[in-house]
Amino acid sequence: MTAPVLQLEGLNKNFGGLAVTRNVNFEVAAGELHAVIGPNGAGKTTLINQISGLVAPDSGRVLFASRDVTALSVPERAALGLARSFQITSILPGFSAIENVALAVQARIGTSFRFFGCAAAESALNAPALAALDEVGLTKRADALAGHLSHGEKRALELAIALAMQPKLLLLDEPMAGAGRDESRRLIAVLSRLKGRFPILLVEHDMTAVFALADRISVLLYGQILTSGTPDAVRADPQVVAAYLGEEME
Amino acid sequence: MTRLPTAIFLGFALLPAAAAFGTETYLLDLFMRVMIFSIAALGLDLLVGYGALVSFGHAAFIGIGAYAVAILASHGINEALISLPVALIAATAFAYLTGTICLRTRGVYFIMITLAFGQMAFFLASSLAPYGGDDGLTMHARSTLFGLSPFKNERLFYYIVLACLIGCYCLCRSLVVSRFGRVFRGARENATRMATLGFDIYRYQLAAYAISGALGGLAGFLLANATDFVSPAYMSWQRSGELIIMIILGGLGTLHGAIIGTLAYSLLGEYLSGLTENWKMIFGPLLVLVVLLARGGLLGLAGQVAAWWRKQHAEPQP
Repeated sequence: MTAPVLQLEGLNKNFGGLAVTRNVNFEVAAGELHAVIGPNGAGKTTLINQISGLVAPDSGRVLFASRDVTALSVPERAALGLARSFQITSILPGFSAIENVALAVQARIGTSFRFFGCAAAESALNAPALAALDEVGLTKRADALAGHLSHGEKRALELAIALAMQPKLLLLDEPMAGAGRDESRRLIAVLSRLKGRFPILLVEHDMTAVFALADRISVLLYGQILTSGTPDAVRADPQVVAAYLGEEME
Repeated sequence: MTRLPTAIFLGFALLPAAAAFGTETYLLDLFMRVMIFSIAALGLDLLVGYGALVSFGHAAFIGIGAYAVAILASHGINEALISLPVALIAATAFAYLTGTICLRTRGVYFIMITLAFGQMAFFLASSLAPYGGDDGLTMHARSTLFGLSPFKNERLFYYIVLACLIGCYCLCRSLVVSRFGRVFRGARENATRMATLGFDIYRYQLAAYAISGALGGLAGFLLANATDFVSPAYMSWQRSGELIIMIILGGLGTLHGAIIGTLAYSLLGEYLSGLTENWKMIFGPLLVLVVLLARGGLLGLAGQVAAWWRKQHAEPQP
């Protein structure tokens, strides 16, 4: 058993008087797809934000690949191999789709303090970017402005950006949010292909997706981890059914 | 896309020939100033048009470049091989140091803090009693190059300025499409996304700010030689404001728009001030109209007119 990719130790965060993360301890093992579910307001996005560094915890530690990254900035963590997508699509709308992805490649290889030469013509950047776009089925839309893509295509583009970073851990914050039925199905297919290639921490509302994809599931309620386990164990857990799943599962 | 800039530079290059038939020195002088301010405007467009960093203290960079030359000249150092690097380094260093503070803020705060640093430079120059203080400092001799005096020949000087402008334009053009420029432009689009990709955008913005300062320093070096004089007025906030108006007038984020804007602003000001003493009464509303009616400035307006023209003259659809 290799060391876990991500460990959270006693993480706490308050917004004013509201405890949004309460003593969270949790791990993502190498190679697994770990899903975090929980009702709205359970603190899922805040948890992801603390892992990627956008929000600093009040106390506790974040360990990434056995290294304490709690004090590192967002770009420093990204450079270590932590990629994420956002619940509310976060792309560069004025750039073409391929340029969005090529930027992620550029962040990974070589220096960006290069003042001459046309970046858009560099095949060293474009080839991996195209490969990532192909992976999510966006090859045909490579030259379209990211801002002009449909909602589902934007969600796919976010995935491609994260993929192009060749991350050591992929944080996906509701990748299916707002996507239609068909789009969701396509995204699930993409995610199941990615599964195993990268460790993934998936926050998702779509229960079909979560139970189809996850190796392990953690249930977050009022900022606390209620339980962690395999999909079957979680589904059978009376606490979880009472607190959350009851309404959604028949 | 390259036709318009080429046409602009060709126009500048041919002007001295046309000017020979009329009041040559006046026209050469006017267009030389236009080109000098265009260099500074290019640097500002880099920040505002490509990085959404509205610097309101840009005149300070010009002033610092100009003062560096004039102060060295007052000590008898006229060689451009010394004074030009000093002017560039002084302006770049000022931009770098103030940038480390300014770039920690965003939006309106960035505007205000760059304005504050610009005013600091202005008041510093005003209080430089050994170098003329409020009255400014006259340059008794223009810069020399390898002991020769190319800046004394108005026509030669004109073409030196043109060469500098073309060089700066090509530099900026290359910058915005380079890897560096892509990161810098990305920071304007979505700073959070850039951070989560692993870019510390502050470093890129600081580098761009320093480069922009260097362009201002070059403009200052040329301006001091063109006017044989420097004064704190070069650094006044009105000058910074004029530079912003110039790039907005021409069309932000296009580079040649900065040159067109500077040209239009200067020529219009020159023409209107010949008509009436209260020319700014006409000038002000005109600028407001351009900003209101033509998003994208004069370049945007030209694009709209061209699109309308094509629509009018399009072949009727069967």
